Amino acid sequence: MSQFLQVMLSGLATGSIYALVAIGFTLIWQSAKTVNFAQGEFVMLPAFFVLVCTKVLALPLWLALIVALAVTVVVLGVLFKKLVVEPILPSGGIPLTIATMALAIFLKESVKEFYGAEAQPFPPLFPSQTLNVFGAVISLQDICNLVVALAIVVVLTLFLNRTRTGRCMQAAAQNPAVAEILGINVRRMVLYAFLINGALAALASFLITPVYLAKFSNGEVLGLIAFIAAIVGGFNQIRGALAGGLLIGVLDNLTATYVTAEYRAALPLVLLIVVILVRPQGLLGTSEGRAV
Amino acid sequence: MTAPALSVRNISKTFGTIRAVNDVSFDVRTGEILGLIGPNGSGKSTLFNCILGQLPPDGGAVHVAGQQVSGSRACDLSKLGVGRTFQQLSVFPQMSVLDNVILAGQEHHGSMLSRLFGKPDAGLTADAEKMISFFRLEHLRDELAGSLSYGQQKLLDAAMAFMAGPGLVLLDEPAGGVNLTMLAHLKERLQTYNAEHGTTFVVIEHNMEFVMSLCSRIIVLAEGAIIAEGTPDEIRSNQQVIDAYLGG
Amino acid sequence: MTRLNKRPALLLFLLVLAILAPLGHGNYIIYVLTSWLIFSIAAMGLNLTLGYAGQISLAQASFMAIGAYTTAIMTLAGWHWLIAAPVGMVLCFLVGLVLGYPALRVKGHFLAFVTLAFNTLVFLVLRNEDWLTGGSYGLSSMPRPDFYLFKTLKQLPFYYFTLAVTVVAALVLWGIVRSPWGRAFKALRENPVRAESLGVDTRRITLLAFAIGSAYAGLAGALVSPLVQYIDPGSFGLSQSLRILLMVVVGGSGFFFGPFVGAAVVILLPEMLRFTAGYYLIIYSALVIVMLAYVPNGLIGIGTRLRERFWPQHRARGDLAKGAQLK
Repeated sequence: MSQFLQVMLSGLATGSIYALVAIGFTLIWQSAKTVNFAQGEFVMLPAFFVLVCTKVLALPLWLALIVALAVTVVVLGVLFKKLVVEPILPSGGIPLTIATMALAIFLKESVKEFYGAEAQPFPPLFPSQTLNVFGAVISLQDICNLVVALAIVVVLTLFLNRTRTGRCMQAAAQNPAVAEILGINVRRMVLYAFLINGALAALASFLITPVYLAKFSNGEVLGLIAFIAAIVGGFNQIRGALAGGLLIGVLDNLTATYVTAEYRAALPLVLLIVVILVRPQGLLGTSEGRAV
Repeated sequence: MTAPALSVRNISKTFGTIRAVNDVSFDVRTGEILGLIGPNGSGKSTLFNCILGQLPPDGGAVHVAGQQVSGSRACDLSKLGVGRTFQQLSVFPQMSVLDNVILAGQEHHGSMLSRLFGKPDAGLTADAEKMISFFRLEHLRDELAGSLSYGQQKLLDAAMAFMAGPGLVLLDEPAGGVNLTMLAHLKERLQTYNAEHGTTFVVIEHNMEFVMSLCSRIIVLAEGAIIAEGTPDEIRSNQQVIDAYLGG
Repeated sequence: MTRLNKRPALLLFLLVLAILAPLGHGNYIIYVLTSWLIFSIAAMGLNLTLGYAGQISLAQASFMAIGAYTTAIMTLAGWHWLIAAPVGMVLCFLVGLVLGYPALRVKGHFLAFVTLAFNTLVFLVLRNEDWLTGGSYGLSSMPRPDFYLFKTLKQLPFYYFTLAVTVVAALVLWGIVRSPWGRAFKALRENPVRAESLGVDTRRITLLAFAIGSAYAGLAGALVSPLVQYIDPGSFGLSQSLRILLMVVVGGSGFFFGPFVGAAVVILLPEMLRFTAGYYLIIYSALVIVMLAYVPNGLIGIGTRLRERFWPQHRARGDLAKGAQLK
């Protein structure tokens, strides 16, 4: 029982970070019809920005995090939109999708060549102590990750639902033509979505890298899990992506502990195929909603 | 008595709180050219899409030549002898005119396997050329469909709809954006085809002139319901129709 | 019409070139040429799925794996390559049907995701099921096909064997592309709604394009097995699938000969960019992004565009001259 609790909690902690990545993914999909196959690399990269700041520029960690966040938002938000999405989107969805695959290779290989192929230790943001609750050994880091990730989701949801800009973003994503008529600057709203995606990727990166170490190839698994979380959850909803992320995090940990460690990586894939077979609109999606 | 070519019974469709189509029923006799008109937003297109299985209606039934077709996929409808044209340009731009027309017929000939191992043109070149000539596009046979003028593409679209020899053809705004000369040509060809083959047509159209001179009977929709039905002359003098169009 | 008479001559010339190419070269060059042919086959298959039918598959490498492992296991057990390779291809075709069916029930990018997941699954199975696949160590010393009078043990005869298979594969694909099926594939890519309304069962025809494309990957795998005589899970990862996808895109997706050009670029570019050492993939991926922005039709697309500019009077047959406008 105590082991179960442990497994559940650390599953939720990783799952909440997956959810951040998946939410960014669905935001980009909704606002610009871009399926970003480089999403995993978007999470891999910010950790290296932090490492460059602390190691090369010798900045303190807190400042390094802020600088890395800003750089990420500019590079993976603005530049990604201006240099990759905008020039290629007119020729259609498939070329753009392929371009993001090429971008994934570009980012991965650049980090490998310019920083290093070895896994780098990454400074933990939270104390790595463990607590003993009812016999279960619970890592403080897990709890902090979970709390911070959920807090980010709550803030984002409030922003999208309660602020004017957030509601404009939703309108622009749901029906750009009508939004334009209503006087919403659709182009700017799309840009916001890319900025938010960059920020989410950076935050997810800061939270998850202390666990995984910083490595150029981190994005491969993360990206795949984020897609799957998004699809499992319903592809076009924040709460869907959140549920999908948490579900995969927990199931992944449970399988690894109780069923098979060898096929651990297969679990999200099997989940994906089952969801597509049984409930193609996603666990929380509605079939009408997908068409939008 | 034979079953009507198309029978629409109690079709309704709501989007959220808007009733786009409200309990519409009508029959189309075999060989007749029926016009379906109505002001913008009257539910014509929604009704069309419900008949063609593109949208699931909330209730009601559609029969083609006595056969229940509600819920059928578009490719099955085509096999039941229902052809259609589209409002937007709907040719295959990077295939030749001839290939466009052959494609329109090939799925109605032979089995899946015979279409892989049989003749590349499925033995349809002669038929396709005849159809292309019928619409007087023979000089464009080997051009890419995308390089044709707008009006020529509309003619090609019609040629494709007829290629499989359908008993019923639904034409979705065939006159939209077509210049006057081409329009006269299109109308004449449709009437000739109808006279020669006895094919039933249902035409949705904005262009009143075109509908009035092409169709033998007209149904007028407004706000999702049928408000009038009759010959072109009756429709022309119907006060309700005039009100609906003048925004009454 | 002179063009149509020129085409067979041009093809014959290319074939002679392919026959002469390896002569006088060392084993390494012949090896590179052979793998160019093999990847051309895999890319040809994906070109059918992507370029003609407009569906992204990210599992081409795992279908190669299925073909390669089937061939390896069967030839190691004493079966002849001529039996093993078709078994591998049929297996790929069937797996393609089973995999594509759920994905194609739903529209959009689902085939891409499902195949992405499938690629990883195949990798895991290959790595974990030691009893069948040799696990991470893989399988080795597969025999090369022996046709009594013609033995392919040496590199040069194996090249010619591969060339013969490639020519047959290309002819078969040519037959498919110009059959009614091929017309339906193209119609699907250009306007699926219209195709469906004309009686094309788009769901079935997409599934078939995907399954045939997968079978081609299986054939490529069946050739890789005797070429390298050592296969392990690592050679069939997701990055290999991406590589094949990029071959199709770079060559010009939807052009019949695009895959040959694309495979040549992807296989030869590392040799040419060797001086850049590790920067090769960085340069390459950046070039792909730039290319997609400016010439989405790929290298053959550039060629066609230039030719049309300078010799606008001749118009090639529509299905050859125009590639997919990927949308």
